[in-house]
Amino acid sequence: MNLIIGNDITIGYEGEPVVSHLTFSVESGDYICIVGENGSGKSTFVKSVLGLIPPLSGKIVFSGGLRQDSIGYLPQRSAIQQDFPSSVTEIVLSGCLNRHHRLFGYSREEKARCRTMLERLGIAGLSSLSFQELSGGQQQRVLLARAMMATERLLLLDEPATGLDPQATAELYSMIDSLNGSGITVMMVTHDIHPALNAAGKILHFSHDGYFFGPKDEYFKSEKGMTFMKEAGHDHH
Amino acid sequence: MIITEILSYPFLSRALFVGFLISISSSLLGVSLVLRRYSMIGDGLSHVGFGALGIASLLSLSPLYVTLPVVVVSAFLLLRLSQRKGGGDSAIALLSSSALAIGVAAVSIGGVNTDLNAFLFGSILSVSRSDALISLAVSLVTLSAYLVFYHQIYATTFDPAFAKATGLRCERYNNLLALLTALVIVVGMRMLGSMLISSLLIFPSLSAMKVARTYFRVSVIAAAESVAAFLAGFIASYALSLPTGASIVIAHMLIFIILSASGLIIRRIHSVIS
Repeated sequence: MNLIIGNDITIGYEGEPVVSHLTFSVESGDYICIVGENGSGKSTFVKSVLGLIPPLSGKIVFSGGLRQDSIGYLPQRSAIQQDFPSSVTEIVLSGCLNRHHRLFGYSREEKARCRTMLERLGIAGLSSLSFQELSGGQQQRVLLARAMMATERLLLLDEPATGLDPQATAELYSMIDSLNGSGITVMMVTHDIHPALNAAGKILHFSHDGYFFGPKDEYFKSEKGMTFMKEAGHDHH
Repeated sequence: MIITEILSYPFLSRALFVGFLISISSSLLGVSLVLRRYSMIGDGLSHVGFGALGIASLLSLSPLYVTLPVVVVSAFLLLRLSQRKGGGDSAIALLSSSALAIGVAAVSIGGVNTDLNAFLFGSILSVSRSDALISLAVSLVTLSAYLVFYHQIYATTFDPAFAKATGLRCERYNNLLALLTALVIVVGMRMLGSMLISSLLIFPSLSAMKVARTYFRVSVIAAAESVAAFLAGFIASYALSLPTGASIVIAHMLIFIILSASGLIIRRIHSVIS
């Protein structure tokens, strides 16, 4: 089942196209890695999918009951003020505001869902701590829990491993793998080739002279894939 | 005892009541303003308010009817300026001093020099019965809007990108915050003066953040700090015949120093334990 379809779309800022004639689709259960050099259109793509900037031409279509405002988005951690006073629970609960209709406070169901998310991501013990007291890996899990409060169907992660130490990175990736294994569709922007090698099913590669979208196996046989591998220090056998 | 004495004067109990409401509203708004790095908006608005007061007195118009629309419009203008790349802080500074200059010129043309002092530093005597009613209405609107949209204001302050992506209208809450700030500044300015009112927005949240680490606790402590500083300053001003606005701000300052010091000590103890 398709969740997101873009057919021959052109995306960019203020009339300046960054990626032209892009065709891609996201199916339920996919694990898609979005790679490419800086300035090639990764963040433009993320913003377009989130509906923060409209495509210059064409339309990104949502289907299968997915709505644009119910994408579980994990922004880059650097975008968040590190000294912001906020408890873990406050952050995770705020993820469900997109479907929140009560006048005051959160409902009992919303609070129960928040507890479930915290347990699922192994951070139930941190619920009353402040965000600023957490390690980078713990902060990322909190933001992941918040994203899953918004939706349990599709997660869009923007460079989630940036600034994490190798162990926290490995833990985060295995967490994302297991979420994908439980049926959550994952789209992840990354600099790191390893998740692309291991877990991803499809690759969306942006470069200044076009893009690649397709299954992982095809990608690593393609010219773009081989260049990417070489740059990352992996010889292709 | 001193409280019952204060309460025996109708104009003082009126001022006490109005100040109480303004203290709570301003401290809550301040938490979000400070965290959004919008403190300059509050400061700019108070200067604009002074300019508007000067014009009102020159034209012998009712102060609130002039300041209210002028400050509200300026709030949206300042919000746009501060969202510019680079912060637009020089533009805000220019607007502030221009408004101040216009106010001073207007007051001096009007030739009533006693007004200048009251406009700049506030006057308890200026809280008339109709002022008290308008202040009450404005404070209630501010408080209820803040409470209803508390979670949305929090979410759009903490992470606007996520909030926007999940369909919250960030722009709407920015505008709401600017509007409420303008209202609180207009009603608070007459008692505290335009030079001092912005400290009512900024001190409580900064003090609260010295000791609290969650948004909810920061909000509650900020409101409590604001009320405490107001009462302490109000009583001190009555007992020692000090200007009210100045003694309230000094009370805020003292509490800020005490909480900063205790925050430091608490963290030192934590780091020794762990």
